[in-house]
Amino acid sequence: MDAFVSLAHGLTVAIQPMNLLFALIGVLLGTAVGVLPGIGPALTVALLLPITFKLDPGGSIIMFAGIYYGGMYGGSTTSILINTPGESASMVTALEGNKMAKAGRGGPALATAAIGSFVAGVIATAGLAFLAPYLVDVAVQFGPEDYFALMCVAFVTVSATFGDSPVRGLTSLFIGLLLGLVGIDILTGQARMSFGVPDLLDGVEVTTLAVGLFAVGEALYVASRRHLVEEKLEPVRGSLWMTKEDWKRSWKPWLRGTAFGFPIGALPAGGAEIPTFLSYSTEKRLAKHPEEFGHGAIEGVAGPEAANNASAAGTLVPLLTLGLPTSATAAMMLAGFQQYGLNPGPLLFAERPELVWGLIASLFIANVMLLVLNLPLVGLWVRLLAIPQPWLYAGILVFATMGTIAANPSVVELMMLTLFGIMGFLMRRFDFPIAPVVVGLILGPVAEGQLRRALSISLNDPMVLLQSPISATLLVIALIALILPFVLKGMSRFKATED
Amino acid sequence: MTRITKGLWRGALTAAALTLATSAMAQSDLKIMAPAAPGGGWDQTARSMQQAFTQSGLVKNVQVTNVPGAGGSIGIAQFVNGAKGDPNQLMVMGYVMVGALLTNNSPVTLAQVTPIARITAEYEAIVVPANSPIKDAKELAAAVKADPAKVTWAGGSAGGVDHIAAALFAKAAGADPTKINYIPFSGGGEALAAILGGKVTAGISGYGEFESQIKAGKLRLIGMTSPGKLPNVDGPSLKDQGIDLEIANWRAVVAPPGLSPEQTKTLTETVDKLAKTKEWQELLKAKGWDDAYMSGPAFAKYLSDEQAKTKEVLTSVGLVKS
Repeated sequence: MDAFVSLAHGLTVAIQPMNLLFALIGVLLGTAVGVLPGIGPALTVALLLPITFKLDPGGSIIMFAGIYYGGMYGGSTTSILINTPGESASMVTALEGNKMAKAGRGGPALATAAIGSFVAGVIATAGLAFLAPYLVDVAVQFGPEDYFALMCVAFVTVSATFGDSPVRGLTSLFIGLLLGLVGIDILTGQARMSFGVPDLLDGVEVTTLAVGLFAVGEALYVASRRHLVEEKLEPVRGSLWMTKEDWKRSWKPWLRGTAFGFPIGALPAGGAEIPTFLSYSTEKRLAKHPEEFGHGAIEGVAGPEAANNASAAGTLVPLLTLGLPTSATAAMMLAGFQQYGLNPGPLLFAERPELVWGLIASLFIANVMLLVLNLPLVGLWVRLLAIPQPWLYAGILVFATMGTIAANPSVVELMMLTLFGIMGFLMRRFDFPIAPVVVGLILGPVAEGQLRRALSISLNDPMVLLQSPISATLLVIALIALILPFVLKGMSRFKATED
Repeated sequence: MTRITKGLWRGALTAAALTLATSAMAQSDLKIMAPAAPGGGWDQTARSMQQAFTQSGLVKNVQVTNVPGAGGSIGIAQFVNGAKGDPNQLMVMGYVMVGALLTNNSPVTLAQVTPIARITAEYEAIVVPANSPIKDAKELAAAVKADPAKVTWAGGSAGGVDHIAAALFAKAAGADPTKINYIPFSGGGEALAAILGGKVTAGISGYGEFESQIKAGKLRLIGMTSPGKLPNVDGPSLKDQGIDLEIANWRAVVAPPGLSPEQTKTLTETVDKLAKTKEWQELLKAKGWDDAYMSGPAFAKYLSDEQAKTKEVLTSVGLVKS
């Protein structure tokens, strides 16, 4: 097959010592920025652009891709250990991962995240190599109505699966949707609910909300309960490494996560978050022990982590084949291509095959590097949990504040972080799930925008939602997912084991 | 290693420049604000200027700061209040900011800053999918005139240059610009995907966004918003096809309010010199930006004309209440 020959040729480009070095620098930088909340891979690539201007194009693009993958790996570490998602795509990982870490199972959680990311990264990169031209034709056929239907699926599954009761889940989701309304309306350019504060015109920053609710909220909650219960954290209980049981419970979620992540990542407006939500919901529904979810189920780490890495590879499909950047990092990589006078798009594969295939081959190498880099660090990372609690949480507060200021140096942003922290504390206190708030903020504005675009294009005919086969199918799935839990709930009412 | 040699080279150049021109040295420090997040067009402009300033030795220390938010509304507010009277500061801005300040009802306006120079410009391209029945600008104009609501346009944010160009097209075609069916997409490739997927009638954006798709035969170029045919574009302008529409998405630099005429003059001269350096010209080429240099009173007049024109268009499409 043609692609094999090209890939083999690409491999010879990628294993040149200089390119290996660039890949290594990339994954190291990526892991570092993935760990810091607020500073994402997009910002890093942006800051590196002027420096790489004089470098060899192949090498620096390989480095950018390394940063991208590294960021996806690194984001999971802080999610699991200190409940502080480095970026929004690793928020779901915090749900189960942090519970596992608190139960002394941080080692297996980090391991399943790293290996899952590796598996997903390799499969998805293979998908990129062999399926990109076909996938992209399908992806551009996805219209606004289809995206809206996809969002509906995400909303339904998310509100039904996060937290213990659907009503509480929905309440949280609506808080998120409400926050999503703040800022300039994308379709009319008019400001909504910004109360004359210019900083609110661009809406609520997702990382500020996630870090506030998760990290700050958690720190406040722990502080408030300290005089009641002295919670003892054991950094390691049992094996540091994954047991046979862990492997058995992880491999299927890895594959399913990849199956969600890669195609949705390849959609021009798909993103990395939706596949993680869908993966989490699916794993919760398929798990043999669904009652473990919310208390540290390994499936809930394995699936979403695979999903977010696979989506990173998916994003490269429209970038390389069409020149469509579909995430902030991809947009920066596009700028990187352009500064060398290269225009990604249908002609790039034909004009500069050594560059494209060198990049794809080095993605495989970057994945191996990340695995080698991350696994030995697991033992070191879990030591973090041995830090006495007051110190650890004070550290988390400093860390969260620094990340927020680094991303957006403004007083208003800090005030929002504090407010969201208090909100996170109250929601924990009264037992509302916090993840749906973030989900609402991410998906709400997208769903609204896509629905209104679909209606604009169809001249206000709502039937457009059912006329598109993709949209109709997705809406039916959403409907089933909406009804199913109530049916199942009725059946399982008698054996409920909630405390 | 490359960084070190680059640094040495830069240092040597600066030293050479210093010894040659100690008397005529204009600035030693300069702060350039990009009122946007790192990576976007304004940020890249600011960082390219930084690179050209330091490499050519015109200015020794150049610092770039980013103040993102609301099409530059946040940045300009901070610039006007915080940098007042400081002759060592510049802010990058562009046509998008003119519209954003109007639609956001910003308390700070461009009348408050000191205009320095327009540096680059990019003309807008109107495209249709390759399989569209519309072949040229006349046919598109006829379709818009027949029923403006049925022609869907995909482009960037509401009130931005793409939106304004679409409204001006409808006006030039003899249709009611308030009736246009313009669908804003949030940057990146989303609009392009909608055009390629045939979800909309036409697309409008900077030529660079469409270039590779046009060359690959997936999009058909209907026309450029330039005064005539452009040398690097394989296709006619709208004007050549009888559609009276000319608009450019330009970028410029401005200085803070409260500068003395001498200070303004010195700053303008520094930027004038930058525009002529080999380093800057090379950067323009590498980035694919068209040189559209214009400074002094000519630019000041241009800036106020553009504001008046934009206000009129945005009011006519209902984005700004008069």
